[in-house]
Formats: sequence, C-alpha cells, structure tokens
Amino acid sequence: MSPAPHEDLLRARAPQVLAALLRQHGVGQFDVCEDAVQEALLAAHRQWPEGGVPDDTFAWLLTAARRRMIDRIRSDHHRRERERDYVELRHPLADAAVVQTDDSVQLLRLCCHPELTRSAQVALTLRAVAGLSTAQIAHAYLLPEATVAQRISRAKARIRAAGAGFPPPLGPGDRLDPVLDVVYVMFTEGHTSSAGDDANDIRLSDEAIRLARLLQRELPEHVEVAGLLALMMLTDARRAARTDANGALIPLDEQDRSLWDRDAIRDATEILDDALTRGVAGPYSMQAAIAALHDEAPSTETTDWPQILVLFRMLEHATGNPIATLNRAVAEAMVHGPDAGLATVDALADSRGIPDGKRLASVRAHLLERAGRSAEAIDEYRSAARMTLSIPERDYLLARARRLEG
Amino acid sequence: MKYLILMHVDPEILESLTAEQQQAIGAGHEAFMAKTTETGEMLSTHALGAPSQSKVVRSRNGRPETVDGPFAETKEFMGGYYLVDVDSEERAIELAKEIPDASIDGLALEIRPVMFSAGADI
Repeated sequence: MSPAPHEDLLRARAPQVLAALLRQHGVGQFDVCEDAVQEALLAAHRQWPEGGVPDDTFAWLLTAARRRMIDRIRSDHHRRERERDYVELRHPLADAAVVQTDDSVQLLRLCCHPELTRSAQVALTLRAVAGLSTAQIAHAYLLPEATVAQRISRAKARIRAAGAGFPPPLGPGDRLDPVLDVVYVMFTEGHTSSAGDDANDIRLSDEAIRLARLLQRELPEHVEVAGLLALMMLTDARRAARTDANGALIPLDEQDRSLWDRDAIRDATEILDDALTRGVAGPYSMQAAIAALHDEAPSTETTDWPQILVLFRMLEHATGNPIATLNRAVAEAMVHGPDAGLATVDALADSRGIPDGKRLASVRAHLLERAGRSAEAIDEYRSAARMTLSIPERDYLLARARRLEG
Repeated sequence: MKYLILMHVDPEILESLTAEQQQAIGAGHEAFMAKTTETGEMLSTHALGAPSQSKVVRSRNGRPETVDGPFAETKEFMGGYYLVDVDSEERAIELAKEIPDASIDGLALEIRPVMFSAGADI
C-alpha cells in the first residue's frame, strides 16, 4: 500500500499529541487519552484528504483529541466533578507551545513498562507511538483483532494500576535497554510479506526502523540508539536479495549483492561511524559494525572476516550470549578453517549453554558441509529442519540436504 | 508465538467421573477461558465429538475413500484444543497446567507450536 500523503505526518504526530494529553491529565488517564488520540487520527484521515492538511497539524490533532476527551468525560456520570478540570480547555492551544518538545522517548519508555509482557509492550508501542490501528497490528501478527484490542486495553490498565508516572526525561544513568529490545524484537518478528494493496499491510520491520529514527532524532548522543538504527537499516538493506521469486531463502554468501540497497547502507554506515566517535560501542553497535562489514564487502571471500571475528569476541564478552558464540564459530571457520569453527560449536553443544538447538544444528550443518563431511552435514541439516518453526527456513535446510545428496 | 494445546482424553476415564467431578471440570474450563481471554492470550477453542462420530478419508489405489471410525486405534483421542498466543513456550506450558484435565490421571495435554496461520479469523 502506498500511504496517503499525510499518513506519515499523522503517524509522526500521534505520539506528540498523546504525550501532550498525558502531561496534562496524568498517566492515570492513559486509556482515555490514547483512545482520544486514535479517534483524532481517524477524524484527520476522514477530513484531511478533502478539506486539506491544516497549517498546524499538531494543534489540529490536539484540539480534536481534547474534544473527544471532553465528550467521553461528559458522558461519564461518575466523573462529573472532573468536568471542572475541562473548563480550562476552552483555549485548547494555550499550552501548545510548551508541548511542542517531543516526548516520544518518554512515551516509548512508558509503553515498554517492565510490568507488561513483551507482546503487550510491542502492541502498545505500535499503537500509541507508531500510531497504528488495532486492525493493522492484528494483521501484522496474524491475530484476531479482538485479541489485540484486549491486549492493548489490558496493558493500559496495568500501567494505570502500576501507578506509573509519565517518565521524567532520560537522565545519563537511565537505561534505554528495554525500549531498544522491544524495537528490535519488533524488527526481527517483522517479516510479514506485504501482499501490496491491503490497507492493513504493515511491515513491522519498517515500523521498528521508524521508531528507532524517532529515538535517534531525540537522543542524538546515544551510541546504542544509533547502533540499533544502523543495525536494522543494514539488515533491511539486503531484503530484496534475501528471497527468490518463489519466496525461498537465499543465504548471505549466495545473495546477489547488486540488489542490496546501497543508499540505505551508506546512510546507516554514516550513522554508525558518527555514533562510534561519541562513545563506547554496546551490543547493538557491535552487531551493526558486523553488518556493515558484510554490506561493504563485494563478496563472501573479500569480507573482512578477521575483523568480524574480533567483533563477535567483543560481543560475546559484553553479553555472554551463546548466539554470539555460535556466530563467532562461523567467523572462525572463515578465518581459520571449518574445523576451528566446528570445535567451537561442539564445545558450545557440550556445555548445553544454548537454548536454540535449531540455530546450533544449522550452523553445525553448514560447517560440516564446508569441511567436506557431507553425510554428517545431511543429517544435521535434516535435524535442524525438524526443529525450526519457520516454513521457509525448513524448506531451505531440506534443500541444502538434498543438494548434498546430489 | 501461537501454540495449540491439544486435549487428549480417554473416554473410559471421562465416563468414570462423578457428576461433581464433571461439573468441576466444566467450571475449570470456563474459568480458564475467561482468564486467557482477559489476558489477550486466547484465540479460540473447540471441543470435538466422540471418536465414534469420526469418518476417515484415505487413499486407496490412489483414490480417496471414506471409512467410519477414528484414524488411529488407540484408547486416547483428541477431545479438543485451545489455540493461544503467548510470549514463550514456558507460558504455554504454564497455561496448559491450569486446564482441569492436567490434574486428572489418564488425561493429558500436548503443547505444539504453530508454524503457519491463515483464515478469516486472523
């Protein structure tokens, strides 16, 4: 779907308007505020295409959302006393100047509240910050709309019950990790294939990149925010080469690199280089640096594997994540030969330190193939295929096995 | 992550339950449905007729043919399922343990990950 011309503008405004309402009414009114913003967005969708886009879109949406809130509250008999609070709203733009500073980071932190489950954090973020409708979120996750609606309203109720205040501006000691993790989960889940013309077709990977851009605009000094944005852009830049016409997966070393999005790679590399001059690289920046080395290389053979190996060692050291160890094994195989990689993989398997058996089997199969141990590789590919929950991945692994059988 | 929680039941065990036990199971399922709907984890559930109501279509000499009775000759059969969407396999197992069948010897729940979904309800 090609978005309407004002679609991007509307979605960029959504979190700003919600943040302005929350500042005024408090997080205790989160659900009422968020519903009001959704209704204001719908009103804009209906009215702007014909009536034209207003000069001050922020003010227009804020006014529309406040009217909705007043209607809501007036119709609520139990809140009569609250009406007095709204008398002041006759001059709805009195404080518009104050809230033009973008509060999206604080809003993101609120949506990624630790009280919420991961799926609730993602759903709430997509709706409140990315400005998506419940239908669009449901469509992206292949879930019934009622389920997603329930999840969102429950998440809002939990935030209210937790007595969360609107988070204060991010201090130097405040950790953004929960927000970055939610955005990255959104990205990695987000390979919903777009059918093209369905108004609900949302590419979650695009949403995640959009959110990271928002964060980066507001926190230009934050190394990991830039690292996450660059990582996602560098990964997404290979999208066109990642699958063939039938949707079958193509591994990195067989991809047609002329299909990679060079502009995105250049932009992402600039963002990353700039960030790395500002401070110490964290896990996202390290992974971005690895992705950049892949994206800059003309081929697998000319890739700077020694440098990638160093980066995976750093990542391992920083996170203790066994997936980093598994990826280090691949780099070791490229630098020191497949046996070196296999030794690392086998040690990891023996230590039972890896929860993801499918990834381990898949890496081991590739390394066995490289080492010329075809019979074992075939078994390992089949074993990985039985473990995966992704149909394209299963088909790819079985195809590798068949290819070896000749 | 979507998981299908299959309810494996043994008709003999179901028939041997007292009226109170059957009521307790019914109430337990009601409570389970209400709870998982409230958390936004429940997608759908269906209970199935007895295996005596089954028909099996299978190929014979390359052509489909219909026969009466269940597919497999076993004591246990699939009595129904819950389809849930949860954050982890651990959570799916946790939920399965809350289904009343999980506390009756001879009944079992099988938790299986969903690989692909399509249809009007999603």
